[in-house]
This record gives sequence, structure tokens and C-alpha cells, in this order.
Amino acid sequence: MSEHTHHEILIVGGGLSGLRAAVAAHDAGRDVAVMSKVYPIRSHSGAAQGGVNASLGNHPEGEDDTWQRHAFDTIKGSDYLADQPRAEVLAREAPERVLEMEHWGAYFSRFEDGRIAQRPFGGAGFPRTCFAADRTGHHLLHTMWQQCLKRGIRFYHEWQLTDIAVDDGRTCGVVALHLPTGQLGEFGASVVILAGGGHGRIYSSTTNAYINTGSVTAAAYFAGARLEDMEFVQFHPTTLYGTNILISEGVRGEGGLLYNRDGRRFMGDYAPSVMELAPRDIVARAIRTEVLEGRGFEGEYVHLDIRHLGAETITTRLPGIRQIAMDFAGVDPIETPIPVQPGQHYSMGGVSSDENGQTDVEGLLAVGECSCVSVHGANRLGGNSLLETLVFGKRAGDRAVELLEDRGPSSGRSALARTILERSNAIEELIARDGGERQGAVRREMQELMTEHVGVYREKESLGRAVRGLLDLRERYESVRVDGMVRPLNYDLVDTLELGGMLELAYVTALGALHRTECRGSHWRTDHPGRDDANWMKHTMATLGPDGMPVVSYEDVIVTDYEPTERKY
Amino acid sequence: MAARTFTFRIERYDPDADGMPRTVDYDLEAGEGTTVLEALLRVQSEQDGSLAFRYACRGAVCGSCAMLINGDVALACRTQVHGLGTDVVTVGPVPNLPVIRDLVVDLGPFFEKDESVRPWLVPSGPDPERERLVKPDEWGEAEPYTNCILCASCYGACPVPARDPDYLGPAALAKHYRFLADPRDGADEDRLALVAGEHGVAACDVVWRCVRVCPKGVTPTKGILATRERLGEGEK
Repeated sequence: MSEHTHHEILIVGGGLSGLRAAVAAHDAGRDVAVMSKVYPIRSHSGAAQGGVNASLGNHPEGEDDTWQRHAFDTIKGSDYLADQPRAEVLAREAPERVLEMEHWGAYFSRFEDGRIAQRPFGGAGFPRTCFAADRTGHHLLHTMWQQCLKRGIRFYHEWQLTDIAVDDGRTCGVVALHLPTGQLGEFGASVVILAGGGHGRIYSSTTNAYINTGSVTAAAYFAGARLEDMEFVQFHPTTLYGTNILISEGVRGEGGLLYNRDGRRFMGDYAPSVMELAPRDIVARAIRTEVLEGRGFEGEYVHLDIRHLGAETITTRLPGIRQIAMDFAGVDPIETPIPVQPGQHYSMGGVSSDENGQTDVEGLLAVGECSCVSVHGANRLGGNSLLETLVFGKRAGDRAVELLEDRGPSSGRSALARTILERSNAIEELIARDGGERQGAVRREMQELMTEHVGVYREKESLGRAVRGLLDLRERYESVRVDGMVRPLNYDLVDTLELGGMLELAYVTALGALHRTECRGSHWRTDHPGRDDANWMKHTMATLGPDGMPVVSYEDVIVTDYEPTERKY
Repeated sequence: MAARTFTFRIERYDPDADGMPRTVDYDLEAGEGTTVLEALLRVQSEQDGSLAFRYACRGAVCGSCAMLINGDVALACRTQVHGLGTDVVTVGPVPNLPVIRDLVVDLGPFFEKDESVRPWLVPSGPDPERERLVKPDEWGEAEPYTNCILCASCYGACPVPARDPDYLGPAALAKHYRFLADPRDGADEDRLALVAGEHGVAACDVVWRCVRVCPKGVTPTKGILATRERLGEGEK
């Protein structure tokens, strides 16, 4: 049994990117709907803490800030892998998008004169990061959700995307599983915008929510879209020791200091001019080095100390961080340093798309963390991901409207019917399987392989082990069994479906890392020191081959105004 | 760290198979620092894959995992098993909402009530070119109410919905007050009318249970009382 619905524009994912795209399409008078596997306000956008970058020039030390400086910082931070005209779009449209959120009711922290407050962030030449205490993502996500409610935008709650239907090279809709009933449904659409977020859960140590499995990214890959720069994985330097819950870069922006076991403020040895406010890849490597060389605590973590900021600053600027440290590590940062270690945080790679979200598949757009525009290149600057959702969310919504005007509706009913039938058969086969191991064991081994071998420091032999291990896990996946015959809310079934995609994303990530024989941004090969601009000013592209294995190719980075130079801080 | 064995007494319900909810015991060894969410995930992956519950961020920001734990509504991800002080831990769905299966409730009625208070800014004037200026001390009462994550803990802890299913409830009324108190909002009169009926602020028992269970320090009862005062002024 299934139901069929149709919308001109269907958005998959209810985080900030998806909602912003929905608002844009709705305001152009188009029939748009949003599908999400969780209620939109549960999306991981809400967990973003530190802020959103825009060259507003509100900070006394940032009055000379311009969008061009923001673009330059973004490109330098990317270790020159960003496509430069696209990074310029991000920076140029930032002030308008951020001010719009204020006009729509977002709460922002303010300076005494009432203007939006800004704080320093890593890799930024000026204090440029606008914030709402340390809950910026929460405030932006809820405000955007409120704007969707105001407009009466149609939502499909708790629908999990399983497949993107493509008819003669053109997207014609999606198939999805309704979690509360366990039924499959067809959703016809002339344009589909993917906004499914990142895939950090392919790692065991990650700040990401459990829901960040990359199911939308994987569906795009299976539908023929290319994945770009998947080997570039951001490890956030400061995640809470134990649970890896994010401890915002805003903590260092407010003056937090890093110390090793010997009480040394070690960032002076790695980035003497900016210290704790070096970009994330540099700080993450510094912490790993301290720990690997025996100067960490318990062989695992370092201290992030904010005691000197005082209770007043901590409770007004960093209340969420204090609560997290107390709830999840049992320490009150007013009195005790926070134990931190690097953890997977953000996927720079994703579905290859341009500055309007266009992927390689006609009628299929991608935006936000599931996409790779590429503006973050080899290392994303803090405060640029919330910004990316706003800027490119709107642009993708606008582009979807243009596509409708240019090309009219797609039909593709038969392709949709075929897709849902295939998915339905695959699920029946999965449920009918006897014996076999449970998906949980395969998932855990994948996550541990990725953390151990495709982490902050990488090297040929270790990456080779990851690639071979993942091939083995892909094989074991073919015979996992699903628990329980219950259809409504069968999480074991959903987890199993998602794991298939996660294994592909993990494999493409490890393979890209093995092939890229240089150090650039977050990708650090101990056996290939130094950035190699002569050979590697290139994006890695992976396409699903006819034999089910990825085909890897390369495309030149778009360089316009900024010649790559040595990246020093 | 001492690991101990706990019995998780979990309310299970499958509307297709069960006439009434039943409880099932799962024994689990849990180390210091284990959260109820982690324990449930382990039950699901090691003992019974059919156990249904919602979760997402595991960091107390998304609001997915509110449930009844040892009789109190709380987020499972921020509740430490060892901190509960009992060897048997009872777990059930959030009260006052229909159960879909096990610990998963139908949030439809909850979100409809939130939407009914028109939870979006209605600016007092046209948008300026730059941001509206709000000095830090001008947020007044609004700021704490912006931290609501719509987890429905307060709604589950409130005594009123059981006897008045149409009661808007603490979350919607707190959201209502968030906009009423926002210095940028200009729709006070219309807003007050939305909650002036018998299922609005008047129906609150003022027992502060919502305030006690809120994981984000929001104080719905205070907002409800302040709204009542504003309504009273209007009547003069």
C-alpha cells in the first residue's frame, strides 16, 4: 500500500537549509513541501552554538570589516581548496541573510547600543561572528520554523527518504518511508532540493546527532549524483571528553585557553600569532600532537580553561556550554577546566553542487552540509556553516523556482512506480531474511575503523586498512538481519537501510583520503608532508560505477583573485 | 567507575497487538555516567530491536527524548542512570498525549497548540535597513522564553490537560509570552485575545510543575501569570 502526492518543489530535510529554501520557494508563489525524518525543530542545525559570520562591522575592532575580507579568510581557511567565486557569494550575501533573521524575530546577543553583538572566531581577521549566547543554531532554527508556520508551508513529518526517482536523466520525485506507520509513499516533484545534513555518524567519535547518517547524501549518490571532496572531514578541536558533545569555538572566542598536562598554553608552539584562535584543523592537530606525545591528561584530552572569564561572562555568554559541562562531564567551568579532545564535527564534502544548489542530475538540487558547493574547501571556518544554510538555502529555493519556469513540470509517474516497487521488494527481502548478524555490530566496526584510520592524522598503510576493512563490512552488510516484524516505528529496519548508505559514504571518504597524497586543511598525511599545489589544486569526485564501486575523478579548483600562498597563522 | 546492574521497567505498547500497555523488564549493566538514553539504545541494540523511542542530538538541545523516568518527565539524554538512586528504573511515554507505540507519542496535538498562539514575530513597524536596536536590558522577560526546545516535558507534567484536553498548555503559553514580551513585537492586543478564553491562561492550576521539569530553565507559570495580569489590565 502506498500513497501518491505531488508538489512542484519537494525539499528533503527540515533543518535551516531546507526551511530557508522552502520560504524562498513559497514567497515566489510556488507549491512547496518539506519532508523530514524528524520534526524540523529536532534537526541538527539547532545544535550549532557559536554563531554565524557576517561582516556587519558592529564590533569596535571590526569596523573596517568587509565582505571581501570575509571571503579571503574563508578561502585561506579552506587551504585554497574552496571555489573562489562561490566563497565570495557566501561572504557577500551574509549581512543581508543575517539581518533578515533578525527581522524575522531571531534573538541575538547585543552590544550596549542595541546592535547585534559579534565575537572573534578562528581564522577570521576581524570579530565577525554574530551570536545568540551559545545557542545560535537553536534560535535561528526556531525562528525559521516560525516563519514556515506563518506561511502555512506543508510539512511531511517523520518521513525517511529511501530513494530519489530519476526518469530519463531528470528527477521526478522521491520514495520515502513513513516512520509512524512503516508504509512507503511516492512523492512526485518537478524539483527536489536535498537538505539532509551531514554524515558524521560514520565515525565513532563525533559531535553529530544520532540522526546525522548521511541518508540523503547516499540517496543522491545512488541516484547518480557525484560526491565531492569526501576525504575532507572536519575534526572539531574541542569536544567534551567522553561523549564528544560540542564545546563551541565561541568558548575560545570569549577568551578560553588551552592547557596541556604540564600546565603549558601549548598553542604558542603551533600558531604563535593567533594562539587558540587558529582555524579548527590546526588546533585539532595541536591537541592530538600533545596527547600523542604524552602531554595529555589520561592519555586522552587537554584542558579548556575559562575560569578567568568570571561567573558573569560565563553565565551570560556561555550558559549552554556550562550546562553541557555540568550535565555530561560533571564539571562546572566556573570552577574547573573542561576536558576536551578533537572529534568528527562537519563534512566539508558532500553532493557536488554549484552556488545555486544545482547537482549533476537535472531537477536535483543540494544545499547545506549534505552539499559541497564548495565554499569550505579543505577546512571550514567556524560560523560559516550556519551562514551557508541561510545563503545557499535561499539561492536553492530561488533556483528551484527558475527551473520550474524554464522547464515546466516533470511527469515520471512510471519511474516513481518502479522505484517504489523496487524499494518495497528490497524491504520485504530484508525482513524475510533468516539468520545473519545484526546491523549494530557492522555499524560499530565501521565507526571505529573510520575514527582509527581516517582521523586527524592519516597515512597510507592505515588508510589501506580502512579501505579493506570497509570492503569486508560491505560484504557482511549484505546478510544482516532485521529484528522484529513490527512495521510502525521499526528503528532496526531504518538503521539497517541507513547503514547501507553510510558504508558507501565511508568507503568513498577513505578511498579519497588514500588517493590524495598531500596535506591540505583537515586532510593531513604524515607520509606526504606539505601541500602540493602543483598536483592537488583539485576536487575529488566520486560517481557510482556500474559495478557498484565508486569511480574517482578530479576537477580543477576555481581560482580567480586569490593565488594560493602558504597558510600561516 | 562502578558499573551496576539496573532493571529497566519499560512500558511497551503496540496498538495492533496489545489492548493495554504492558511493562517489560530489561536488566542492563550500566557504568557511572550512563544516561537513560544510552541505556535504551543498548536495550534496543542488544536485547530487543523492536523497542521504539525518539532521539536525535543526545545533548539536550533537540527535545526529542522527553519521557517519564521514575515518575518524572525528563529528557532521557540528560538523565544519569546512577543519579536516579534506584535499582529499578521505570520508563514510560510522556503523559497527556496519545501513544503511537512504546515510548513514542503523537505530538500532533502539542504542535497544533503551539501553532494556535501564532508563534512568529509580528513587527511593530516596517523592517529597518539594519537590525532593530535592542539594548541588552530591553529584552526584559523575553529572553529566557526563547530557549524553549518544544520537548513537551512541561505538557506531560501539567495536571490540567488530563481534565481539559483543550487547554493550550504550558509550552504554547510560554511561547505566547515570548512574543508578548518581545520589545520588537507589535501585536499585543491580538495576542492577548488568543489566550483569553477558558482554555487559555485562565485554566492554569499554578502548581509550577512545568517550571520544575523544564530542561532549559523556561518558566511557563511566570509567563502565564504575567499574561493574566496583562489581560486584567485590559478589562479595567
